[in-house]
Amino acid sequence: MAQKKKDPGEATFDESLRRLEEIVAQMEQGEIPLEESLKLYEEGIALSKVCAQKLQQAELTIKRLGKDLEGNLKLFEEDSE
Amino acid sequence: MTDTGVYTVSEITRQIKHQLESEFSSVAIQGELSNFKVHSSGHLYFTLKDGNAQIAGVMWRSRAASLPFIPQDGMKVIVAGKVSVYEVRGVYQVDAWSLRPLGVGELQAAFERLKQRLAAEGLFDMARKRTLPAYPQRIGIVTSPTGAVLHDMLTIIARRFPCVEIVFCPVKVQGLGAAEEIAGAIRDLNKLGGVDVMIVGRGGGSLEDLWAFNEEVVARAIVGSIVPVVSAVGHEIDFTIADFAADLRAPTPSAAAELVVRDSRAVLDLVRNNSYNIQNCIADQLKRHRTSIAHLLKSYSFNRPVDLLQQCSQRVDELARSLSLSGSHKLAMTSARARSLQQRLAALDPQLALKRGFAIVYKQGRAVMSKVEVQPEDPVEIRFHDGTVQSVIS
Repeated sequence: MAQKKKDPGEATFDESLRRLEEIVAQMEQGEIPLEESLKLYEEGIALSKVCAQKLQQAELTIKRLGKDLEGNLKLFEEDSE
Repeated sequence: MTDTGVYTVSEITRQIKHQLESEFSSVAIQGELSNFKVHSSGHLYFTLKDGNAQIAGVMWRSRAASLPFIPQDGMKVIVAGKVSVYEVRGVYQVDAWSLRPLGVGELQAAFERLKQRLAAEGLFDMARKRTLPAYPQRIGIVTSPTGAVLHDMLTIIARRFPCVEIVFCPVKVQGLGAAEEIAGAIRDLNKLGGVDVMIVGRGGGSLEDLWAFNEEVVARAIVGSIVPVVSAVGHEIDFTIADFAADLRAPTPSAAAELVVRDSRAVLDLVRNNSYNIQNCIADQLKRHRTSIAHLLKSYSFNRPVDLLQQCSQRVDELARSLSLSGSHKLAMTSARARSLQQRLAALDPQLALKRGFAIVYKQGRAVMSKVEVQPEDPVEIRFHDGTVQSVIS
C-alpha cells in the first residue's frame, strides 16, 4: 500500500477521511490560534470535497488477475457488468 | 526399435509410460481402499478397487502429510492424481495428490479431524485475525467465473461503494485441483500487492461440492495471506475449514460483499457532517473573537485614553468659557470708559455753545480770540450755529 503522505491527490480515501476527522476533533477542542484553525478549516473543506467526489464515483473498476506468456501476474481489464 | 519391428523391453516400457502418463496426467478415481500401508519412509501405499478391477496407488510423504484424515481399508475414497509407470517392475500405479473420503459420514469425520489438527496448531486463534480495512481501495475476489456468485457480489459492491477496484481471480471451486487453484489465487493476490482485502468463496452446494474449502492447502494459504481474508462459502449453515482460518467469516458471498465495503451514502453523510462541523467551529471561533474584541472596546482600560481625551476637552471648554468671560468683561469696561469719554468730548463741542447764542469770529480763517487782533475795516467771518455771515469791523 502506498504510504506517501501530504499529497492530497495521492492519499487514499481512508487517509483523507481520517485526516478530516482529525481536523474536526482538533477544531472542536478549540484553543487553537485563529490563523491555525483557518488553515485547518481550508484543509478540511478541501478534504471533504475530495472525499465526497470519490464517493460519488458511479462505476466499479473490475480487473481480472491472470498471467502473461512468461507466467508473470498481469491485470486484465474486465467490462463491468 | 530394431528394423525387424521388435521393441526392447526398455523401449516398449518407455513408450507405454509416455502414452499412459500423457493420457492420464490428471485424473480422479473413485474406489474402495485396501492394502493401505504407511511405509517407514512416510510414503503411503494402497490398492484401489471396485467389484471388477484394481489399481495400485502411492502417495508420497510430502503430500501424505496434508491428508485430512487417516485412511482405512474398506473406506470409499476419491483419489486425485496421475497415472505413472514404474519401469523397474513394469507396473503402473496412481501417483495420488489427494485422497478424500467419499460419502458424508466419512467426509464429516475427516473434516473434524483436520479442524482439530489445525486448531491445535493455532491456525484458528482469534489473536491471528486481522481487522478489515474500513475503506479498502482494491478488493480481491477469488471465486468461480461462472455462476451468479461473482455477479451478485459485484452488484452489491457497485451499489454500496463503487469507488473501489475489484481484482477478480477466476478459479475452480470444486473438483480436482480446485483447492490448489484457490490457494494459488490467494498467494497471487498477495504477490500482486496493493490489495486491501479479499473475499474467497463460492455459492452453496453439497458437502462434497464445498470440499475444496475444507482442504488444508486452502487453510494454509489463508493463514499465510498478508491481505486480510473474508471467507464466503455456501449458505449460512455451512462451516468450512476456510471459515475458521479466515480473518472474518461471512455467512454467504453476498454478505461478504456487504461486509467489505460500507454504504457510500452513509459515508457521504459522515463527510458532510465533518465538513459542517468544521464550518461551525470556524464560525464559532470567529464569533468568539468578535465578541471579545467588542468587550475589549468597551473595557475600562481600553477606554482610558478616550476618557482622558474627554477630560481634556472638557477642561479646554472650561478654559475657553472663562477666557471669553474675562474677555467680555474687559470689553464692557472699555466701552463704558469710551462712552464717558465720548460724553466729555461732546460737552466740549463748540457747536453746543453756538446753539446757546455764542458766535465765533474768524479773521483770515482763524478764530479771533481778542479785540486786539482786529482793526477797523478788517473783513471777518462770523459763525453762528446755523451758518456764517461776512462782516467788516467798524
